[in-house]
Amino acid sequence: MNKTINQKAWFFVIPVFVLVAFNAIIPLMTVVNYAFQETFGNNVFMWEGTRWFKQIMLSERFHASLGRQFLFTFIILFIQIPLGIAIALTMPKEGVGVPVCLVLMSMPLLIPWNVVGAMWNIFALPDIGFLGHSLNALGFDYNFTQQIGDAWFTTILMDVWHWTSLVVLLSYAGLQSIQPAYYQAAEIDGASRWAVFTKIELPKMKKVLTIAILLRFMDSFMIYTEPFVLTGGGPGNATAFLSIDLVKMALGQFDLGPAAAMSLIYFFIVLLVCWVFYTLMMRNEGNQ
Amino acid sequence: MKKAKWIVPTIYIIFLMLPIYWLLNMSFKTTTEIINTYTLWPQEFTLENYKTIFTDSTWYTGYLNSIYYVVMNTVISVAAALPAAYAFSRYKFLGDKHLFFWLLTNRMAPPAVFALPFFQFYSSVNLFDTHVAVALSHCLFNIPLAVWILEGFMSAVPKELDETAYVDGYSFWRFFFKIFIPTITAGIGITMFFCFMFSWVELLLAKTLTAVAAKPIAATMTRTASTSGYELGLLAAAGSLTIIPGAIVIYFVRNYIAKGFALGRV
Repeated sequence: MNKTINQKAWFFVIPVFVLVAFNAIIPLMTVVNYAFQETFGNNVFMWEGTRWFKQIMLSERFHASLGRQFLFTFIILFIQIPLGIAIALTMPKEGVGVPVCLVLMSMPLLIPWNVVGAMWNIFALPDIGFLGHSLNALGFDYNFTQQIGDAWFTTILMDVWHWTSLVVLLSYAGLQSIQPAYYQAAEIDGASRWAVFTKIELPKMKKVLTIAILLRFMDSFMIYTEPFVLTGGGPGNATAFLSIDLVKMALGQFDLGPAAAMSLIYFFIVLLVCWVFYTLMMRNEGNQ
Repeated sequence: MKKAKWIVPTIYIIFLMLPIYWLLNMSFKTTTEIINTYTLWPQEFTLENYKTIFTDSTWYTGYLNSIYYVVMNTVISVAAALPAAYAFSRYKFLGDKHLFFWLLTNRMAPPAVFALPFFQFYSSVNLFDTHVAVALSHCLFNIPLAVWILEGFMSAVPKELDETAYVDGYSFWRFFFKIFIPTITAGIGITMFFCFMFSWVELLLAKTLTAVAAKPIAATMTRTASTSGYELGLLAAAGSLTIIPGAIVIYFVRNYIAKGFALGRV
């Protein structure tokens, strides 16, 4: 759409700008304050320069939680995106099956995150949980509160349970927008199922898949509540992802300087990755 | 091959329903049954857990608090986002692209980064432990989302609609409320659904900004789990009840939900 230039449009944006600035800029300035200074309370601050940043960048604890975070995000993207596409492809395209699938599949998305954690905790308990009990009955030595591998397995399974539907719904919306004429043409040409998928369906889904990857990346990168309730970051620090580690540092140990520096680095990484996705997305939109 | 297609979604839905079933199953059991035996369905069916929640004010006020701030947030977010989304979809103005990206960065900001400064900030303006505080803080991620989705829906409306209305002598606001808003009701419905959803499921900020008076149900649950021992049945019942509002709103938007998740961009 060609847009007209109109500087008065700013008046329309003012309410949004004020509300978001109120919430984003003032608190962010507090974080910046703590990141460069040392405080002993009572609003007394001493300039520390980049000391906290150096401390965080060199700390093994930060490297470890950042590593765990990237590993977790990559694993869940690697599972959820292909699985979501596969489910969307096999979903019914018309009839009563459609609303039934949509409503049931959306259920996990609307459950409060700590309830998701609590639900999976109950579900995975080795003695009284269905998952834990069944795995142990099958001869696996499963206990997610004790063993690192099991804790990771449960956390990933929980996230797949919680968020794969988002990818399914997005892919499904993309598939629904394909005109039947494309499929008919493919049939006349005798295209294989694989060719239909790679040449017609995948390109049409490109836009929604970019949104899916963007949303899944940023939400999994700030995951806090679900693993916190499920494993509490344990056993040890095995599932302490960035947010969990940050809250532990800021509110648990009250190391405000390093925590603030870590917040800024954390935010910066998220921004950088999202900027790349956003640019890609806008370029896609420009092409159409 | 064609016939066997329904197997994949069916298995997936069973996988989705299993933990929910287990939660429901637990909520109808007595504490002794939960602790002493492993049963696939309740042997001594009881509604005691639900009764506790509906009669104990610390429990049911949690629900009321949550619904109160979620609705407040939804109204504020959509009301503020409507004119802004219109501006982004129709006009070019100084810094529009940067502003749009800046808004999105707030949707991307990890709440953990903001928890402590929010606590200090809302305490200093005397809003700590009020519904308004939670509703306003959730604007941080809901307003950008609302602007994003509405902008997608609005851009799909041809610009000729605006121009014809002006030719017919409509003033801007009359056009906006009488013609434009009715044409994008589906988009507004979806946006409200998303604001409701993300405010309903968020806990970290809601918990940080409240103590007693505005405590959300989700926070009541975590505190019960840690303080009064191991009341799994009660916890399961409270959890099961938090699924209901979501299930109701999904039912209303089921036909648009896929489009909404694509942020109006399909």
